[in-house]
Amino acid sequence: MSLLSFLDRNHTIARPGFSRWMVPPAALCVHLCIGQAYAYSVFNLPMTKLIGITKSAPDDWKLTELGWIFSIAIFFLGVSSAVFGRWVEEGGPRRAMFTAACCWAGGFFISAIGVYIHTLWVIYLGYGVLGGIALGIGYISPVSTLIKWFPDRPGMATGMAIMGFGGGAFIASPLSVWLMSRFTTPTHVGVAETFIVLGIVYFFFMIVGSIIVRVPAPGWKPEGYVAPTQSVGLITRNDVFVYDALKTPQFWLIWWVLCLNVTAGIGVLGQASAMSQEMFPGRITPVAAAGFVGLMSLFNMGGRFCWASVSDYIGRRNTYFVFMVLGFVLYCLVPYTGSVGSVVGFVCAFLVIISMYGGGFATVPAYLKDMFGTRYVGAIHGLLLTAWSMAGIFGPVLVNYIREYNVTHGVPNAQAYNTTMYIMAGLLVIGFICNFLVKAVDARFHMQENDARGSEPGATAAGARA
Amino acid sequence: MANTTQGGTTALELGLAWAFVGIPLVLGVLQTLINTMKLFY
Repeated sequence: MSLLSFLDRNHTIARPGFSRWMVPPAALCVHLCIGQAYAYSVFNLPMTKLIGITKSAPDDWKLTELGWIFSIAIFFLGVSSAVFGRWVEEGGPRRAMFTAACCWAGGFFISAIGVYIHTLWVIYLGYGVLGGIALGIGYISPVSTLIKWFPDRPGMATGMAIMGFGGGAFIASPLSVWLMSRFTTPTHVGVAETFIVLGIVYFFFMIVGSIIVRVPAPGWKPEGYVAPTQSVGLITRNDVFVYDALKTPQFWLIWWVLCLNVTAGIGVLGQASAMSQEMFPGRITPVAAAGFVGLMSLFNMGGRFCWASVSDYIGRRNTYFVFMVLGFVLYCLVPYTGSVGSVVGFVCAFLVIISMYGGGFATVPAYLKDMFGTRYVGAIHGLLLTAWSMAGIFGPVLVNYIREYNVTHGVPNAQAYNTTMYIMAGLLVIGFICNFLVKAVDARFHMQENDARGSEPGATAAGARA
Repeated sequence: MANTTQGGTTALELGLAWAFVGIPLVLGVLQTLINTMKLFY
């Protein structure tokens, strides 16, 4: 069997008896690897000392220059998930996971060359562009497969995979620090070698995922599961073609819901350490703030699985209503916790907020499946991720610039974030309204049975089961 | 839970697949928790 044939969707159709519980580990193989992106900052400081070794030399890279690597990667995540979404959906998860593995490992190898020859644009190209493409393709690759295997629990299934993206940093961070310590000598910083080892390890992990993954045979359903015969409320029994979804108001309303929810979370996630120390001067030390950030990362990961699972029971729209209402109350409470000096209240508020930030990411694939059906949900999800890229700009800008404005206009540091908190709460009110306006998709957007665009790849390839 | 029939996925395969992703994740989370607790106390 040739490689191309092995990667083909037809060869990933599961034989009878294949356990659907093999698919979440396959998805996690990819998401745990690409989740390394959240831990990329561990390389920043060592990469400012590649020439000077113990301290930055004049020719060493600046932190501001290195910050672009992550920004480029996240930008290309949004672009590639939108551009390659349909290709991923129609080619099947194995081809997409294999491609993501090649791009991800390739990104590390090219970056290693960039470090070795000390040329920054090579790293922009490697980790930023190629790695960003891997992030986009890898992120959406298992989504529709999981939804098809778990029609009874789509939120839980996608929540498991997307939890892996949040959890990847927990593995990558200590692993990268350990590897760098092994390769660093008194005359050399071991970043390039660490990149090469990470590239090899991640390639192996992601390839294992692509080998394990299977798509269900046409007509398969879980034992005892009875699919609804007609649409109920927002949950449709019909499919919407990927580009037709863009013509529906529902897509853009959910786009804004995600964008606003992520904007509210991403701004505080990046500034949590500084914000906690400034709001509680002398009470939250830099060391304690680092612990707080670690705890937030755990809640970010846990929220992805928990909230997405909860959405299977209370519904997607209701889950987002909870995010918006609870988020509004908590953001309004944060300035109060600062004024009364309640560190516990502050920490608890932000832990819940950040769990809802992660929950927003994890619940949205199932929300899209409810609205647009399963056929093109991965591709539609890819298009929706442009909301993430947008929020990645909005969130930090809101937090940083408003704080800066307040401080330069004489507002004490401890109160400099209050306006931002109220603005975040206001954004969630808009998000609530957008979510409220989401109704079932009009029947004119539904694909017909004889729609040539929607022929299920592999549906006729009964003899090619893996 | 699992749709396993004769010739299908075995419990060993299932266990290995979950251990492959679960062990690194649990170790990473534990490491983070230990660091977090150290920092707070």
